[in-house]
Amino acid sequence: METDRSKLGSFLFNRSVQGVFYQLITLGLVALGIYYIVTNTARNMLERGLASGFHFLGVESQFDIGMTLIEYSPTSTYFDSFIVGLLNTLLVAGIGILFATIIGFTIGIMRLSSNWLIAKIAEAYVEILRNIPLLLQIFFWYFAVLRALPKPKQSLELYDSFFLNNRGLFIPDTVFGEGSSIIFYLLWLTIIISIGIFIWAKRRQNRTGERFPAFYVSTALILGTFFISLAATGFPVSFEYPELKGFNFKGGVKLIPELVALTFALAMYTASFIAEVVRGGIMAVSKGQTEAAKSVGLKQNLILRLIIIPQALRVIVPPLTNQYLNLTKNSSLAAAIAYPDLVLVFAGTALMQTGQAIEIIGMVMGVYLFLSLFTSLIMNLFNRFMKVDGER
Amino acid sequence: MSTTNKEIGPPVIELGAMGWLRKNLFSNWYNSLLTIFGLYLLYILIPPLLNWIFLDANFVGSTRDDCTNEGACWIFIQQNIKLIFYGLYPTEELWRINFVYLILFISGVYLLIPNLKHKGWVGAFLLIIFPIICVIMLSGGLGLEAVETRLWGGLFLTLVIAGVGIVLSLPIGVMLALGRRSKLPVVSILCTIFIEIWRGVPLITVLFMASNMFPLFMPEGVNFDKLIRALIGVMFFSAAYLAEVVRGGLQAMPKGQYEASQAVGLTYWRMMALVILPQSLKMVIPAIIGSFIAIFKDTTLVLVIGLFDFLGIIQFVGTNPDWLGFSHEGYVFAAAVFWVFCYAMSWYSQRLEKKLDTGR
Repeated sequence: METDRSKLGSFLFNRSVQGVFYQLITLGLVALGIYYIVTNTARNMLERGLASGFHFLGVESQFDIGMTLIEYSPTSTYFDSFIVGLLNTLLVAGIGILFATIIGFTIGIMRLSSNWLIAKIAEAYVEILRNIPLLLQIFFWYFAVLRALPKPKQSLELYDSFFLNNRGLFIPDTVFGEGSSIIFYLLWLTIIISIGIFIWAKRRQNRTGERFPAFYVSTALILGTFFISLAATGFPVSFEYPELKGFNFKGGVKLIPELVALTFALAMYTASFIAEVVRGGIMAVSKGQTEAAKSVGLKQNLILRLIIIPQALRVIVPPLTNQYLNLTKNSSLAAAIAYPDLVLVFAGTALMQTGQAIEIIGMVMGVYLFLSLFTSLIMNLFNRFMKVDGER
Repeated sequence: MSTTNKEIGPPVIELGAMGWLRKNLFSNWYNSLLTIFGLYLLYILIPPLLNWIFLDANFVGSTRDDCTNEGACWIFIQQNIKLIFYGLYPTEELWRINFVYLILFISGVYLLIPNLKHKGWVGAFLLIIFPIICVIMLSGGLGLEAVETRLWGGLFLTLVIAGVGIVLSLPIGVMLALGRRSKLPVVSILCTIFIEIWRGVPLITVLFMASNMFPLFMPEGVNFDKLIRALIGVMFFSAAYLAEVVRGGLQAMPKGQYEASQAVGLTYWRMMALVILPQSLKMVIPAIIGSFIAIFKDTTLVLVIGLFDFLGIIQFVGTNPDWLGFSHEGYVFAAAVFWVFCYAMSWYSQRLEKKLDTGR
């Protein structure tokens, strides 16, 4: 009797037994919850006469989209509208990331300037922009700035080729004439050769200690070949400038005001976070590194290029990619000013028309989820690659 | 090397205002150039802005015709102040909202004043009894007239969403973080999946999901209010972000702390509640407040599912035919209010960080 009870007790209080028990309970609860939701959903859908499955993707969408990067018309399918929305999202994210990086690095370096005024201006930029909701900033640029711009006739212009008015931003279009493909092939070729030069220079330096000006040589090679081939083929690449015809502009590339406002707001907002990342990264390189580099006689620009920047980048890159991801996710705010991104086109219009909430929201979430998981995978690889031996 | 007997001039001033200017603004030619550029930038930005906001602005009047000056027309804000702060909440019931604000204000001030006794009780009151008071006072009950949530709006709604999001997401976030670090594989995998899904998608899709999919999940007859759906979405979304912040704190805890508490015989929950969490949460307070600021800013997104929060109502008031064309004033006002809230939070977090920086 006594031993039986203590056996039972030691069984009940055994850590691994308890562990299995808790896990079974958790699994059971989760399964129950999912079962509850699924049955409810199934019954609700039946009652409301909602279809399920992905057949709707092949059906004509019957709505038009204001801005498309590929051929699209109301007779296209819902799947086409998904692709159009996805491309528009990626477009905004791409341009936004480019500008956010440029502005962010500039502001971040300005904050570390020894010039008091410049440092304070950068600090004010960061503190103001990151403490105001992004949506408000998007509204501001869209409703208060771009909508308030003059009509096409009184456009703001730059060098007679960039025009900004309440219809959007008009920029010159590049036209590739006959023979321009040769230039591109040559460009690619020189880029590949330059990479080769870099690798060779690095190897040679490791072997002999001699430095080779790989950067200048390859820049000269790429630019030189580019301009020579341009001249040799008789300048097949030209620009088509937007022109005022009647009440609107013709020619060139038109960027709709929604796109301009959204990109602008996203870039300015994210830049304030990137600036802090950059500042933190540079400050994380200890002063001893600079002093040691000086004491072995490196020049100022070499200290920056060989000592500070590589070490700072190791700290900067992971949070920087995080900011890029945030920018991409934040581009979904496009829906609030009717820029036709993935959320507005697919989770908005298409959902309204088909009523297939689960499939559509699942697909949209899946896209964003894929982007973030993919990015964090790349980041993990990067961290492994950049890890210094002996660091924890 | 020439060692001449040239007379050494008086030293360059390195003290006082002139010295400061020389050192910080004009140390060499390109710094001087940058300073001049900066001054020019301020010159083209600041005076017109000040003129527009204060000097040329209109403060007195009741209609748009009273806005005769060049600058901002603050009468627009003044005339719509009730909508902007309280939404469509019935005017005769506004005292209820103000009463809640008052309690919050008094207990907040009490907690902020250093060296007062019974702070624990006040804190417990705020966390446990105050939410009940809020629900009764704001939505009705106990003899108070019911006020539907569709009438809620303005800054009041923003504070409700942010407040509920912040208060509820912290415990959920802590539990998720503990779950993710658990040694039980099932628990850890489930928590990881949950966290990564919420963190991987934008809040706007979460809100779309909350408004379109939640009703399908519920059994017949159960119909959640739009506000509650949004609250649930915001809550899970921010809980996932907080979980990662808390996990960071847990990971930073030295292993010895775990081993020592196990050695004195604490169970898992006691070890967490008494030893690990108090220390690790303290470590990540700045990051937690950072997440709170993010939640506060993100509440603006509820306008896409048709709730009129602070920004939503300002956008809405701007479409009133009597007040068309005053969007600048609306946005500047909204930006100022949001900025004050967010900046106050980050200032407080910096103060707290200094105060809690004991040990080490």
